[in-house]
Amino acid sequence: MKLELGKININQVVIGTESKIVDGTLHICDQDIISIVLEDDRIASCHVEIANPGDKTRITPVKDVIEPRCKVDSKGGIFPGVINKMDTVGSGRTHALKGCGIMTVGKIVGFQEGIVDMSGPGAEKTPFSKIINICLVVEPKEGLEPHSYEQAVRFAGLRVADYVGKLGHDVEPDEVMTYETKPLLEQIAEYPELPKVGYVYMLQTQGLLHDTYVYGADAKHIIPTILYPTEIMDGAILSGNCVSACDKNTTYHHLNNPVIEELYAKHGKEINFMGVIITNETVYLADKERSSDWTSKLAEYLGLDGVIITQEGFGNPDTDLIMNCKKIEQKDIKTVIVTDEYAGRDGASQSLADADKLADACVTGGNANEVIELPAMDKLIGQLDYVDVIAGGFDGSLREDGTIEVEIQAITGATNELGFNHMSAKGN
Amino acid sequence: MATFKVVHYINQFYAGIGGEEKADTKPFKEAKVIGPGMAFNKALGEDVEIVGTVVCGDSYFNENMETVLPEVLEMIRSFEPDLVIAGPAFNAGRYGMACGAVTAAVIRELDIPAVTGMYEENPGLDIYKKDAYIVPVGNSAATMRKAVPAMTKLITKLLHNEPVDPVVDGYVVRHRKNFVAEFRGARRAADMLVKKLNNEAFQTEYPMPEFDNVDPSPAIKDLSQTKIALVTSGGIVPKGNPDHIESSSASKYGKYDIDGIDTLAGTNYPDAKAYYETAHGGYDPMYANQDSNRVLPVDVLRDMEASGKIGELHRYFYSTVGNGTSVANAKKYAAAIAKELIADGVQAVILTST
Repeated sequence: MKLELGKININQVVIGTESKIVDGTLHICDQDIISIVLEDDRIASCHVEIANPGDKTRITPVKDVIEPRCKVDSKGGIFPGVINKMDTVGSGRTHALKGCGIMTVGKIVGFQEGIVDMSGPGAEKTPFSKIINICLVVEPKEGLEPHSYEQAVRFAGLRVADYVGKLGHDVEPDEVMTYETKPLLEQIAEYPELPKVGYVYMLQTQGLLHDTYVYGADAKHIIPTILYPTEIMDGAILSGNCVSACDKNTTYHHLNNPVIEELYAKHGKEINFMGVIITNETVYLADKERSSDWTSKLAEYLGLDGVIITQEGFGNPDTDLIMNCKKIEQKDIKTVIVTDEYAGRDGASQSLADADKLADACVTGGNANEVIELPAMDKLIGQLDYVDVIAGGFDGSLREDGTIEVEIQAITGATNELGFNHMSAKGN
Repeated sequence: MATFKVVHYINQFYAGIGGEEKADTKPFKEAKVIGPGMAFNKALGEDVEIVGTVVCGDSYFNENMETVLPEVLEMIRSFEPDLVIAGPAFNAGRYGMACGAVTAAVIRELDIPAVTGMYEENPGLDIYKKDAYIVPVGNSAATMRKAVPAMTKLITKLLHNEPVDPVVDGYVVRHRKNFVAEFRGARRAADMLVKKLNNEAFQTEYPMPEFDNVDPSPAIKDLSQTKIALVTSGGIVPKGNPDHIESSSASKYGKYDIDGIDTLAGTNYPDAKAYYETAHGGYDPMYANQDSNRVLPVDVLRDMEASGKIGELHRYFYSTVGNGTSVANAKKYAAAIAKELIADGVQAVILTST
């Protein structure tokens, strides 16, 4: 499967009466976007706000961020099985609007969504302070049940990203990258001398605001399976979660999965990148056992020599991470795990809820319990009512002057476990 | 004159006063090098001078920690040192506690580095490693000759204000600290995997911890005579979360009276006497908020109490939020809760998680 990914750099987003891309400026008609959001009658209202890098703006509660993309001259579309009809994606050509994102903002259940600051110390912790965010601030119809509201907001963000992405269909990209992974036997034959490497991609699937979707299927019900890496670049995997937002993968993270990019960068040189094994993080022990049995079985079946395993979340999923690592290592396949840490505010506690000696190669996204002071901002997109109870907040987190003292786990993407950021942690 | 001034803290034994019979020696200071300080003074070279020694008996220190620690700190401060060395304490428990307390307090209160040495099983190590620089040393004074150079290496770096690292400089990890690495995590992972595949040396970013496994207690023979308490990390609290237990990384636990409460009612219950909910931010709260017995089964235990299947349900339940709560805090809450439960005559606990 071969994908050409055309990157269109967006330097500015302007709200107006027309939607188009001209010389790196994305013009959007907010009324059109609002109509797209309100197509779902579960949503009572929506308004659109733009947050630029460097603005003294705080956005919260942030639910998802989505990079606008579209398929070019293809019968299928991005986000297959959800927004566009079911079709295998990952080949042909895709255009991506780089430097911007659709950000869904609004309260779902109160203590679970994240904070994004566009400047100041908090901005250094989140990748989304570096892009222009087109914020959809959404209010539900009164009395709407949380699961239904979560779905309505999730779909609204994807519909808008699909619409905005299509504005790039006929735009000449600034850069085109080509990614290719061949069918198994051909791929093995292409670089027979190089170690065969796979990627075990753990998806958070623990329930409301903890779900991930694969081609529209709720991943908590899947049995681990194999994807071509390029399928993920076309939106085969979508986020439905933002709880303890620091280490949850937004759809933006999935579309731009850095492990896939780094393994492709070494493909044909140092390694032979064979593909992606996706698995879930479930709440029942039998499911955990089954899923980790399958990841190790698939890794063996593919003849892999090594894998990178990435986690999503912490605590309970630490057990899934360690089971995957242990069972794969026991098949003599080498592993590197990517996780983050909950070492306490003082950093002196044990960082993981599960561990094993076989997990001897670990990359960390940092200690999520570390406390940060976020100074007051001039502008707020969303609402601050929930800061004291947001995951990472505590009683008195929000001070009268607008300053917020929180653990960095409240910041969207701060300790991402796909290795999206430069932050790490070390013994001191 | 030397560039750096160091003060050395030792116990009565190393000061040459005596053994156990002199362990009640009160703290005193002398503007000279005593005992093991000689070896340090020599190893540290001309740039560094031990300008004073503070001595205290181990029993006296441990029995009067609150008053003696400020006194010792004052004596140390009077020499205006750049750094403090304590011990090494090897495997001497009370000496280790004193060395750990002194080094941690010097770092905290005097804002200068302080280094001690302990054997890995010294009880002072676990308690003070968070703050103190502790170099692992042998288990007796017979290993002094090895301990001095190991500690000297770290001391010299700290005196020169050079960055130190537990792996490179051979001390026990104090705590984890975030930093910005040169490459993003995914690149670091891919590089590490290539090294591992090629059988080259690589360094993990988080060495796996040793786990503290708890053996299950033997089964209870007669439940009908047993007083049972309910404890949860599932965040069940009276509606409104009166103690403001955090949705993640809980800084506290709550204790709630359920005298006369037959069920932990949620939104599914019309006209209940009292309502409950979850404060936990790490799982879907809807089902716990509808009926909190789903996380903490008070209703079932009340039935069992009434039918005589269990002796008694304890009057209070304890609750905290397990989500993102550090293991160190969880241990602390568990110890405090267990102490109260034992004092209240509770014989068994049902611990529910989520």
